[in-house]
Amino acid sequence: MTAPARADAAPLLSVRDLTKHFPIKRGVFGRVDGAVRAVDGVTFDVAPGETLALVGESGCGKSTTGRAILRLIEPTSGSVRFDGQDVLALDASDLRKLRRRMQIVFQDPFSSLNPRMSIGAIVREGLTIHHLAEGSAADNRVRQLLEEVGLRPEYASRYPHEFSGGQRQRVGIARALSVEPTFIVCDEPVSALDVSVQAQVVNLLQDLQRDRGLAYLFIAHDLSVVEHIADRVAVMYLGHVVELAPVEKLYGEPIMPYTQALLSAVPAPEPGVKRERILLTGDVPSPANPPSGCVFHPRCQHPARDSACAKIVPPLEEKTPGHWAACIKQPPTSVSWDDQRAAGATNQPEFFLPRAALHRSA
Amino acid sequence: MNPSAALASILGPRRTLSRLLHDSRTRIALVVLLIVALSAVFAPLLAPYDPTVQLDIVRLPSQPPSFAHPLGTDPYSRDVLSRLLYGGRISLAVGLGAVLLAMSFGIAIGAVAGFIGGAVDAVLMRFVDAALSIPRLLVLILVASLWGSLGLVPLTLLMAGTGWFAVSRLVRAETLALREREFIVAARALGASPMRILVRHVLPNVAAPALVAAALGIANVILLEAGLSYLGIGVRPPTASWGAIIQDGAERVSDLWWLTLFPGLAILVTVFACNALGDALRDAFDPRQLPRGNDPTFAAEA
Repeated sequence: MTAPARADAAPLLSVRDLTKHFPIKRGVFGRVDGAVRAVDGVTFDVAPGETLALVGESGCGKSTTGRAILRLIEPTSGSVRFDGQDVLALDASDLRKLRRRMQIVFQDPFSSLNPRMSIGAIVREGLTIHHLAEGSAADNRVRQLLEEVGLRPEYASRYPHEFSGGQRQRVGIARALSVEPTFIVCDEPVSALDVSVQAQVVNLLQDLQRDRGLAYLFIAHDLSVVEHIADRVAVMYLGHVVELAPVEKLYGEPIMPYTQALLSAVPAPEPGVKRERILLTGDVPSPANPPSGCVFHPRCQHPARDSACAKIVPPLEEKTPGHWAACIKQPPTSVSWDDQRAAGATNQPEFFLPRAALHRSA
Repeated sequence: MNPSAALASILGPRRTLSRLLHDSRTRIALVVLLIVALSAVFAPLLAPYDPTVQLDIVRLPSQPPSFAHPLGTDPYSRDVLSRLLYGGRISLAVGLGAVLLAMSFGIAIGAVAGFIGGAVDAVLMRFVDAALSIPRLLVLILVASLWGSLGLVPLTLLMAGTGWFAVSRLVRAETLALREREFIVAARALGASPMRILVRHVLPNVAAPALVAAALGIANVILLEAGLSYLGIGVRPPTASWGAIIQDGAERVSDLWWLTLFPGLAILVTVFACNALGDALRDAFDPRQLPRGNDPTFAAEA
């Protein structure tokens, strides 16, 4: 399988079959009794300067994916290559060096800043750890960084509780920038903010990307924010990437029935316009006991869905150039009709795109 | 790190300190503790008599308060005021010393257990569980009675050795909660070493509850020391301590009331002040009481 990547650039980050299973321990002796399959075989690339959005519901494994790439959580298996280096094979000291180049911005602006450190000390820490600046040079650098994220340099001596959520998020961004990374995992960086503040932080991230050539893995559940910032979008469901496409293709013609349902839930920006919605039945299944075959099949609204969907794990395949999706009922598919029939299929693959899923008016 | 920066990293936002100092409980507690501490430190200047000398065993035993002896004398004709002042030295020294030692040990063990986790955590905490299931007073009585009576240093060590368990559990629990906080994950993502995370991020954040525990711990040790002395297995006679004075009058409480009342009041006031200080500290550290940013800080957002 060739990787779902942008064809025009060598990837900065390549993630292959990344898997993280959290063991479920029972009893006094911690007997392992099953596993939560938080991330189950995730594959994608991020090009230099690109924003890849990772979207999905709470608990679909998107944050775990982001943290496993940075080895803040040790992945169970798979491979992560960053700029040619095998991230998962690095020892502690090489990993520490690599951390200069890969950073993370967190969702919760209240828990992500140490309440007992001043803003200046927080931003300065990366400079100290990597010996980038000392003394007054470091002071100047901290002031510069604060200005760059839109905060007054005089704020350096203040403490996190003196700031609003949006300002704290800016501090978190300044901290990530302090070590001059080329890639930042943005783990729902605006989800906890008011809508008006969201726009400011998103614009800041975009300005920084333009000025510094940063690549982002932008984790989010808000599809309208993603449409604004992303170059490409990967949709996750129950630990799997089920669709990956450039933003205009994904929003224009979503292929995977799950993506279609997600897009139908995005509120229409025009007042008075009532959108049709695809209502999914049931809850997201537990990742400790995921459905067989296609993990989405119990909730799928595709008219051709049949018992083959419960048996065949759909490969993430290129349906149209650059547009990857995992569904054996959306043609074209590499899973032949004979194989489907052998698994009990009764319905031929047939392209399905409900009106409700059309997000962009043509 | 200079001392004021170290203090700032523990107290954190300056408002914690100012809120603490504006609390009337803090002020009263500090004034009381200052008086007790000063009178203990300057006991040799303040005390009218030598606390261990029997003045006149024939004419002066068990005298009620008078001009010559404002707090009376004990059955051995020693001046109670002098003994009370000197006794404060013992109580405070044992209290402060034991708590300082117990805190250092408890914080170190708790932070290591919580931070490293796994087998280290399991072994340390099962030991603490076992230690906590034995009543502290029982251990103290056992050791003290094996030794006969104790000197000041052994007594302090004994109090410290039996006093760190609860602190270590408290600190471990705090450390476990902190480990999942995003600013710790952010420090790891920046490439901070485990030692740096422990010293710069974990310890300043567990210092607050530990400081509260310390204030309450001092009160506890003062009470325990008094209890041991009352049982006759505290500091070695004729050394004065508050518990020892009460013990001297224990058999005749109803007619030698001054031997119980005055040291009792000293214990009560000191313990009360420590507890009030502990409560005030806890409230001052409570992050829910931190005022949110006001005034010009919002300017950048607009």
